[in-house]
Amino acid sequence: MNEFQFHRATTVAQAVKSGAQSGTAQMGAEVRFVAGGTNLVDLMKLHVESPRQVVDINGLPLDKIERMPNGGLRIGALVRNSALAHDANVMRDYPVLSQALLSGASPQLRNMATTGGNLLQRTRCQYFRDLAHECNKRNPGSGCSAMDGYNRTLAILGTSDACIATNPSDMNVALTALEATIHVQGVKGERTVAIRDFYLLPGSTPHRETVLEPGDVITAVTLAAPAAGSRSAYLKLRDRAEYEFALASAAVVATVEAGTLRRVRVALGGVGTVPWRSPEGEQALEGKAVNAANFRAAAEAALQQARPRQGNAYKVELAKRCLVRALTLATTQA
Amino acid sequence: MTHVPDMPALRDEVCPDGEQTGGEHGITRRDFLTQLGAAGVVVTSAPLATAAEPAAGAPAAAAGHEMHASPVSVRMNVNGQEHALQLDTRTTLLDCLRENLNLPGTKKGCDHGQCGACTVHVNGKRVNSCLSLAVMHEGDRITTIEGLGSPEKMHPLQAAFVEHDAYQCGYCTSGQIMSGVALLREPWGTTDEDVKHAMSGNICRCGAYPNIVAAVQQVRKHA
Repeated sequence: MNEFQFHRATTVAQAVKSGAQSGTAQMGAEVRFVAGGTNLVDLMKLHVESPRQVVDINGLPLDKIERMPNGGLRIGALVRNSALAHDANVMRDYPVLSQALLSGASPQLRNMATTGGNLLQRTRCQYFRDLAHECNKRNPGSGCSAMDGYNRTLAILGTSDACIATNPSDMNVALTALEATIHVQGVKGERTVAIRDFYLLPGSTPHRETVLEPGDVITAVTLAAPAAGSRSAYLKLRDRAEYEFALASAAVVATVEAGTLRRVRVALGGVGTVPWRSPEGEQALEGKAVNAANFRAAAEAALQQARPRQGNAYKVELAKRCLVRALTLATTQA
Repeated sequence: MTHVPDMPALRDEVCPDGEQTGGEHGITRRDFLTQLGAAGVVVTSAPLATAAEPAAGAPAAAAGHEMHASPVSVRMNVNGQEHALQLDTRTTLLDCLRENLNLPGTKKGCDHGQCGACTVHVNGKRVNSCLSLAVMHEGDRITTIEGLGSPEKMHPLQAAFVEHDAYQCGYCTSGQIMSGVALLREPWGTTDEDVKHAMSGNICRCGAYPNIVAAVQQVRKHA
C-alpha cells in the first residue's frame, strides 16, 4: 500500500470540501472516502487504487433507515448491508433488496460494507485487479487483457471494444429493479440521480464508471412506496452456494392482477457492465399472462443484445433461465 | 483430545502460536521464527527493493507517488483494555492487533477479505480486520480471540471446538470461533444448513466443516 494522509470528516460539508481537492472522482482519484473499507482497502493493497488522501466518513450522521411521509424509504449512505438486509421495512416492502444483500459477500463483509460503498463497488475482473495485465479501466488506453483472456465471469451486456468488466454488486441489481434514487451532495449543493442514470457504460472510457464528480458524497438512497400487491424476488446463480459473485442474477418486481402481469421491473446482474435494467424484458411481460412461455419470451428479449466472448458464451442461456426462474419465484409465491 | 505427549514438535502443532510459554529449551516457535525473520531480511533485502518498483502499467498517480504521511493517533479498547496508539495510516486493524498490540491469535490468511481468518468483533459485530484501517477505529470496542477466553477459562464455543475436534491445522480456528460466537447473536435459523450459511465467510482448507457445525450447534442448543 502506498502512503496516504488520513482525515476524519465530521460533517458532510467537510467531506465535500476534501473530496473536491481531487482531480477526478473516478479511477485514480487522489482523494478517496472510506466507509466500510472492504473494497478500497483491498484495491489499495493491490496498488490498483493509490489515493494520496483518505477521508474517513464513518463519523457522518448518515446511518439511519427512515420511513418517508409518502410511504417510501430513505436509506442513509452509511447503513451497513447487514442492517439494511434485516430491516423490518425492507423485508416486508422490498424483499428483493433484502434477498440481494444477503446473497452478497459474507456475514463479516456485510457488517462492514455500506449502502453508498456498495453502489460504488468496483469490478472483480481479474485483469483490473492485477497490475501485470493491460486494463483500459485501470490504465486508460493500455488495452484489455480480458477480451481474449479468461473471461468466463465477465459481461455480455453493455460491453464495448475497450471493456467487458462486470459490475459485481447484488444490491445494485435490486435497487435498479426498484428504480432507486441516489442522493448526492457536492460542491454545487444537493442533487438526486435516478439509478439508471448513475452508471456509465464503458464505451471508450471504461475508467469513468459513474456520474460522480470530485467532492460528491452519496448521502442516501430513497425508494418509492411499494406498489399495492407488488411482489419481488432476487435469484443469484454462482459457482458455490455462498460467498461468491454472480455468474448471472435477476431481480424482479411485479404486480399481478387476475393472472396478468401489470407493472414489471426487471434487472440483471453478473452479466452487465453496469447493473442491467431490461426495458425489453419488461415490455415483453407487461399485459401478458403469467406463464412459462411468456417468461421465456421475455428472457429472449432481455438477452437479445448480448455480445458474449469465448469464455462467457454460456451466460446467455444461463441469464435467460435465471430470469425465467426469478419471474416464476416472484409471481407464484404467496 | 485426551493426552498430548510432551514432545516439542507436537506441542507446537497443538499451540501453533507458541502461546504456551517455555518448553524444555525455553524458546517458543514464535520466538524462533521472529529471530529467523530478522536474519532473513539481510539476505532478501536487495530483491525486495527491486520488486517494490512500480509495475509497468501502474496508474500515473501511483507511479509518481512520493509523500510522507504523518502518523495518526487513535484510541481503541481491545479486550477491555484502553490503548492510545500512533500509527502509520496504512496499518490495518489486523496488523495493529498482531504487530502493535502483540495479540497474534487473530490470523492473517489471505489479507484480502476472502478467507475469514482475521475475523474479530468491532462493537459486538464480526468483521474482517484485514480490510479495515486501524485509524478508522477511534473509540471502538474490539474483541479478539484472546479476549474471548483463556486456556484455563474457555468460552463455551472454544470448549466445544476442542470437544468436537473442529480443526486440523488450527490456522482458521480463531476466525471460525469469532464468527461462531457472533452468529449466535445474529438473526439466523437453527438448522445445520443455517449454520453453514452463517459460517460461509470462514474458509477451512483442512475441511473441518462438519465438526465446526457440530461445535456451533452444541453451544446454540445450550445457549
